[in-house]
Amino acid sequence: MFLKCSLFVEKERRVKANSREYNDKFLYADNRIKTSKYNIFTFLPVNLFEQFQRVANAYFVVLLILQLIPEISSLSWFTTIVPLVMVLVITAVKDATDDYFRHKSDQQVNNRKSQVLIRGSLQKEKWMNVRVGDIIKLENNQFVAADILLLCSSEPYGLCYIETAELDGETNLKARQALSVTSDLGDVSKLLNFDGKVICEPPNNKLDKFTGTLNWRGNKYSLDNGKMLLRGCILRNTEWCFGMVIFAGLQTKLMQNCGKTKFKRTTIDKLMNTLVLWIFAFLICMGVILATGNTIWETWIGRGFEMFLPWTKFQISTVFSGFLTFWSYIIILNTVVPISLYVSVEVLRLGHSFFINWDVKMHNRQTNTAAVARTTTLNEELGQVEFIFSDKTGTLTQNIMVFSKCSINGTIYGDVYDEFGHRMEITEKTACVDFSYNLLSDGAFKFYDNTLVEAVKQKDPAVQEFFRLLALCHTVMSEESEGKLVYQAQSPDEAALVTAARNFGFAFWARTPESITVCEMGQVVTYQLLAILDFNNTRKRMSVIVRDAQGRLRLYCKGADTIIFDLLDPSSTDLMHTTSEQLNEFAGEGLRTLALAYKDLDEEYCDVWMKKFLFVSAVLENREDQLAALYEEIERGMKLLGATAIEDKLQEGVPETISKLNLANIKIWVLTGDKQETAVNIGYSCNMLRDDMTDVFVVSGHTLTEVQQQLREAKERILSLSRVSDARNDEENDMFADDSVFEEAIITEYALVINGHSLAHALEPQLEIVFLDLACLCKTVICCRVTPMQKAQVVELVRKHKRAVTLAVGDGANDVSMIKTSHIGVGISGQEGMQAVLASDYSFAQFRYLQRLLLVHGRWSYFRMSNFLSYFFYKNFAFTLVHFWYGFFCGFSAQTVYDQWFITLFNIVYTSLPVLAMGLFDQDVNDQNSLRHPSLYKSGQNNLFFNKRQFFLCTVHGMTTSFLLFFIPYGAFSVMVKEDGSHSSDQQTFSITIATSLVIVVSVQIGLDTHYWTAVNHLFVWGSLAMYFAILFAMQSDGLFGVFSNIFSFVGAARNCLSEKSVWLVILLTTAVCIVPDLFVRSIRASLFPTQTDKVRQLQQSCKSQRPEEQNLRRARRTSSRRSAYAFSHQEGFGELITSGKNMRTSRVSSTCSYERTAPSSKWIENVIKRTNAVSCISFGSPNKQHQSLKQPDRLNC
Amino acid sequence: MTTMKEEGNYANRPSNTAFTQQRLPAWQPMLSAGVVIPGFLLIGLAFIGIGVGLLITSRSIQVLELDYTGTETSSPCYQCTMSNQSNCVCKLSFSIGTLFKGPVFFYYGLTNYFQNQRKYGVSKDFNQLIGDVSYFKSPSSDCQPYQRVNGKPIVPCGAIANSMFNDTFKLYQIINGKEELVPFDGKGIAWWTDYNIKYRNPDYTPLKNAFNDTEKPVFWTKPAYELDTSDASNNGFINQDFLVWMRRAALPNFRKLYRRITEGNYKDGLPAGNYSLEISYNYPVISFEGTKKVTFSNVSWMGGQNEFLGIAYLVIGSMCVVMSVVMLIVYAKFRFPEED
Repeated sequence: MFLKCSLFVEKERRVKANSREYNDKFLYADNRIKTSKYNIFTFLPVNLFEQFQRVANAYFVVLLILQLIPEISSLSWFTTIVPLVMVLVITAVKDATDDYFRHKSDQQVNNRKSQVLIRGSLQKEKWMNVRVGDIIKLENNQFVAADILLLCSSEPYGLCYIETAELDGETNLKARQALSVTSDLGDVSKLLNFDGKVICEPPNNKLDKFTGTLNWRGNKYSLDNGKMLLRGCILRNTEWCFGMVIFAGLQTKLMQNCGKTKFKRTTIDKLMNTLVLWIFAFLICMGVILATGNTIWETWIGRGFEMFLPWTKFQISTVFSGFLTFWSYIIILNTVVPISLYVSVEVLRLGHSFFINWDVKMHNRQTNTAAVARTTTLNEELGQVEFIFSDKTGTLTQNIMVFSKCSINGTIYGDVYDEFGHRMEITEKTACVDFSYNLLSDGAFKFYDNTLVEAVKQKDPAVQEFFRLLALCHTVMSEESEGKLVYQAQSPDEAALVTAARNFGFAFWARTPESITVCEMGQVVTYQLLAILDFNNTRKRMSVIVRDAQGRLRLYCKGADTIIFDLLDPSSTDLMHTTSEQLNEFAGEGLRTLALAYKDLDEEYCDVWMKKFLFVSAVLENREDQLAALYEEIERGMKLLGATAIEDKLQEGVPETISKLNLANIKIWVLTGDKQETAVNIGYSCNMLRDDMTDVFVVSGHTLTEVQQQLREAKERILSLSRVSDARNDEENDMFADDSVFEEAIITEYALVINGHSLAHALEPQLEIVFLDLACLCKTVICCRVTPMQKAQVVELVRKHKRAVTLAVGDGANDVSMIKTSHIGVGISGQEGMQAVLASDYSFAQFRYLQRLLLVHGRWSYFRMSNFLSYFFYKNFAFTLVHFWYGFFCGFSAQTVYDQWFITLFNIVYTSLPVLAMGLFDQDVNDQNSLRHPSLYKSGQNNLFFNKRQFFLCTVHGMTTSFLLFFIPYGAFSVMVKEDGSHSSDQQTFSITIATSLVIVVSVQIGLDTHYWTAVNHLFVWGSLAMYFAILFAMQSDGLFGVFSNIFSFVGAARNCLSEKSVWLVILLTTAVCIVPDLFVRSIRASLFPTQTDKVRQLQQSCKSQRPEEQNLRRARRTSSRRSAYAFSHQEGFGELITSGKNMRTSRVSSTCSYERTAPSSKWIENVIKRTNAVSCISFGSPNKQHQSLKQPDRLNC
Repeated sequence: MTTMKEEGNYANRPSNTAFTQQRLPAWQPMLSAGVVIPGFLLIGLAFIGIGVGLLITSRSIQVLELDYTGTETSSPCYQCTMSNQSNCVCKLSFSIGTLFKGPVFFYYGLTNYFQNQRKYGVSKDFNQLIGDVSYFKSPSSDCQPYQRVNGKPIVPCGAIANSMFNDTFKLYQIINGKEELVPFDGKGIAWWTDYNIKYRNPDYTPLKNAFNDTEKPVFWTKPAYELDTSDASNNGFINQDFLVWMRRAALPNFRKLYRRITEGNYKDGLPAGNYSLEISYNYPVISFEGTKKVTFSNVSWMGGQNEFLGIAYLVIGSMCVVMSVVMLIVYAKFRFPEED
């Protein structure tokens, strides 16, 4: 496949519909997706090839080759091959499992079914069999299988709607429209004869661009992105559509965007590689020293010793002997580069990943998703995060808008009071208003204040008018689905408002281009829609002009309060003041507010205006401005009705999580595609922006110089202020020298809000440093209106200049780029789009799990990994360098101290399991305390547990241990005699004494390093010791010697040696000398310089008995300045779509405004009526009927 | 964070066990002053105790060491160091002031002798030494350059066997001017495992037949099957002296057991008096600046004399005590703020 790609560079793509023969010529990719690496046959060779590309493995192969040269070989071949094979096997098993899961997920996607037009009929085909040029049929709510050109659809004008959540993260609907020439191809026979030829751009990753032409029946039609349905989208609100496959499989824009996942390396990984290089250098130094020693020894002593060991026969000179010795020592000392290091690290990370997957506290009940560590190689990096880049929608917020409160005619509804008149906190237990009497109500809607219902029932005119406005003034579409009324809104805010009106008895029901039908308190009322004065960003409001059944003309308007208040009639001034105060209150609670107003119009004025409107609508020049002026003219002098307050529901626990992470010194930047107002609003409700902040800088310049100016000003302001406060600090230092509380209070906090278009300039090379400096001075950074690309750029900027670990968290495809760019990518799963999760390294259902992931799992992983590495290097240095010291006493001849079997098994059997158990299970502080003391996290950020200094210390520790391990037995053995008088200072006894001491010393050392002794730790530590002795005696037993006398030359040595008291005295002494100083240093350090961890541990020990209680970190919301805004994620132009009727079905367009004529599309409501045996659709208003329906609960089921 | 209620969808819920939730019951030791200071004190005292015991025991062991290298002209063995001296015999006289308590062990010692040199160490053939006759014909190449001589295979081959120590000793007590031979006991001086398992003679009677068509090691005067003419069973690869030699020393200065003195009048040790040691001086050490010596020693429960261990224990023990005192001071001065 790679071969094909490289040979064939596509310049343009030619696709002919329904002609596989033609398209096959070009070798376009088919729709099969393959992410797996191996199959059964290629696994072994490919995997081995890959493994030997790793430096460490290659190194051991070189060693193996060296060992096969008899002149050099100082160790038998098995000392290297046994560990190497074990490492290779473990890695291969892991690779195989990984690949198995990739195969499975590939298969799942490839086997999805779609309907393809082949051989004259529609047939079900697997996705992987779909080819370029095929015509496929899509049905509602189906995933689009490939990048296809829309040909026709069930909707008029070839329109269809798609949700692009997987691609760009936007959940609102987007319309796509087929070419008018193809839009009437709506049946199979016509489509079969379609032989259009598309010539277009080659595959690329631009989601919003497409250029091409369709040649059909001799005509050329130009194609753009508006006619394409991309793989990953979901068809919505469209019964079916047909399309022609243009790009398939790996060439689709979605897959092109995925790109190759960069192999992410952790900081510790990089450090480890550097350290291994250092160790190599160290190894070579040792080799050179010993080789020089050998040359000298051979010159002075070896020549004299020639009598017993003649060497001239195979060695030409002492220098050559030194050269050979160098290689021999490289072989012997190779264990300083621990072969099992890499594989042990992999095992640890895998284990840590499993712990993340297994964590019940990161499992979400609602969506039933558990956290998943998708990458198993990054865990310890989670303990070092300094920057978090978060998406907003879907990550911080649920993207659910809830109608929470309202103010009608100066009265606030929505609060709940207890019997003493105190406002109560609304929790899950608070009883909600029972809307069951209202047959059209939406069950999901929750409201807690009964007074509003009472007001509606009592037909309070203001309240009725309020909800009438909400039911009329919007661009929502209604639909029937499974006998229920369903709204399709382009923004969740609108849906929330219309749903609220529906539940309170003003149900928007159906619309045509000229009418809106509403079920008002059980009565079906149809309003004539005269005009929609559409929303746009400068107007920040929308209005409708309707004529009611009585013929009265009225304009309803909703919009940002600042705008509406300017347009009010003087008679509303008093109400405006009241409402304004109430708006402040809403805003203080983090709610998004809208003001509502209406105006009665008289017939003549309206006629005149409508004429002007029609005229201006046709004007070509400057139409926007003229329309805006016209709109404003009619919107003047409105009467205020009230205001709505919508809660943009945050994900659970977001403010708490953010403040926890802030305490852990993690900076959180919000990067969102949303509007500035929305983003700022959320910033406030997440506690990221607060009113007690010194300053919130908003950068929204449109040119480079403007942005530069704004950035500079902000920075200067911070610097000057901090200078002032510094100066003041100095003055008052004497007074408050020890008062840290005072210091903290004086630290000023800043926030930066930057707009997408300004960010584009700020990210240019000449400004990026200024921007970054400023951003890092601020406590909170919010970037709004940013593109996915910019998200990645911001992350890249921080990565490049800050040398800090970055984490990006998001839920949509628009976050993929930043998830991939950052060191760690986290995807929020459980939402519909899976793109972010697929690109991420970790995924879970809710933002709040981030604190557990970082503060608990991340910290533990980092802590464990650091301790593991420190110990590992220590252990191997202590083990190996004994040979170095011995070199000085054996003529630098590369004689090993230990038995070869001991060398073979030391790392993989005798000492591997205890350190693995420590690396897997150790915890200095338990999870609750980790969360309660977020400052514990800082040690990871500052890289305190494992760094070059730490490495140096542990190698020195290892060297010292090796020194003691050699010289104490040396001192004892120079005159050692057994109890029976026979000499015992022979090589094998010496070797066993040192080996036993070593095993005991490193076991005690791991015991000291272990903070958390589970049964497994006990088993492994004691088990390893037992294993050592068992293997020792087994290998030196008579039986084994009888079978392989060549290999087990140590027969009987352990028996003879370990039965001696003096040997045990030596072992005890060696162990004590190696351990005691370390123990001393540790306890002195713990008492003189206790770390935060020590303190928390102490605390944990002392209050172990009492059951820890969860701290309530929930902060009371502060009342803050008003931030009301028309914060809709609203798009312009839907009003026009509605009035032109383009987005309505033909049947509806033909029908007039009357209720009877719209009947076909409202059969369901008739059913409701039949079922309830009532004339009116709702048993509403009349207390009697309400009682009836309460008596007959089975009627309430609609 | 609170414990979840038993509701909701649990299909993907990870199992809530102590292991998966990392809540395994565990012992979490802390280095608290209450444990460390008494611990150090205890260790220190124990070590001091052991050290004192070791020193006293070690001091009670008698050791007599005599160098007979003969590098100095005053040495009786000086003339044997001259070249082309074969069958040179020299006599070393010494006297013992008090009774040398038995059993007395007689060692020979070599210094600057690298039995632990790697190439020296590998220069032998395991298969020959366990009595596999097929390897008598073709010794392992490890034995180079002592693999063959004059085209015939060497048995036992290799540098270790070849360089076997071949000085012999006779000890006389001089009683009233007459020399009385002190009987030496050479049985069981090698390890039981070496004698019974690691080294075997080929199953031939007489043993000589196994060695047909082979050569004795170059430096040897007698073939392997004639090492001990006085005891037929002490020949071949299980000759005690050979076994002792083949167990290579760990360090360049070493001594090896030669004989025990356990018989006759000397069962209780060497009585005070004058002695003469007759050395048949064969083994050359001058070329590599080595020395040769003999040692008389008795043993205790802890083996031979070993000052090092006792002193080391004393030092470490006192260090522990000092450390515990230091820690006590530190803790007293900078108390861990527990109420924090």
